[in-house]
Amino acid sequence: MTIQQLTEKLNLKVYGGEKGMENEISGGYVSDLLSDVMGNADSGEVWITLQTHKNVMAIASLKDLAAIVLVNNHQPEEDTLAQANEEGIPLLGTPLSTFEVAGKLYELLK
Amino acid sequence: MHFEYQIEGGNFTRAGFASSEIKKKLKQLNVDLGIVKRTVVATYEAEVNVVAHAYSGTIYVDFDEEKVVIKLVDEGPGIPDIEKAMTEGFSTASSTVREMGFGAGMGLPNMKKNADDLQVSSEVGKGTTVQITMFFQKPDNDK
Repeated sequence: MTIQQLTEKLNLKVYGGEKGMENEISGGYVSDLLSDVMGNADSGEVWITLQTHKNVMAIASLKDLAAIVLVNNHQPEEDTLAQANEEGIPLLGTPLSTFEVAGKLYELLK
Repeated sequence: MHFEYQIEGGNFTRAGFASSEIKKKLKQLNVDLGIVKRTVVATYEAEVNVVAHAYSGTIYVDFDEEKVVIKLVDEGPGIPDIEKAMTEGFSTASSTVREMGFGAGMGLPNMKKNADDLQVSSEVGKGTTVQITMFFQKPDNDK
């Protein structure tokens, strides 16, 4: 499944990083601890988090993640969004909670 | 090949920049992707530690045919008890740093897990030196 398809299925908001909308999804990772994501997420995964600062983009880029989903209507900070556009990594959003969106993603990927 | 990067203590907007540059270099050199991934994790954690704890730092990167040695030398408070600092979950990060999702006490353990060799030395009140070595061909332990 691509990020584009995921966005349509889960009705996600696309804040930026549209260049990466055709990224293939290999799985998902849920965490708000950056070192946890750094140590345990894998390339191609969708990262679900409530962290909105610029460092999430650094992590996503270094780990070659497919996209980031911000939960609970959290808005990305301005420099986070700029970095998403520069890196071409989709920065997405949802009003759903982490639990709900992770469950839906899991259902779609299993 | 030798490269150097400066790290500014406290400046989280730049955290990860040097790690990203090192990742690009490794990819240009066609280093095995698994090794690139491990190098990135170890280097990023080390870089963030300098940003979170020290006043300033320099990363010295030396490539040869067999390995890459990444040495981070900082001016900062130093680590009084390195063994304790290596313990998963132990952290001295400020609450601001923790709110950002850093400072979970996973940095040094992540470095140890991913580096082929990790050397940490520190002098309290002066600074810390972290040296990460990655071998392009894993040494054959059976020999």
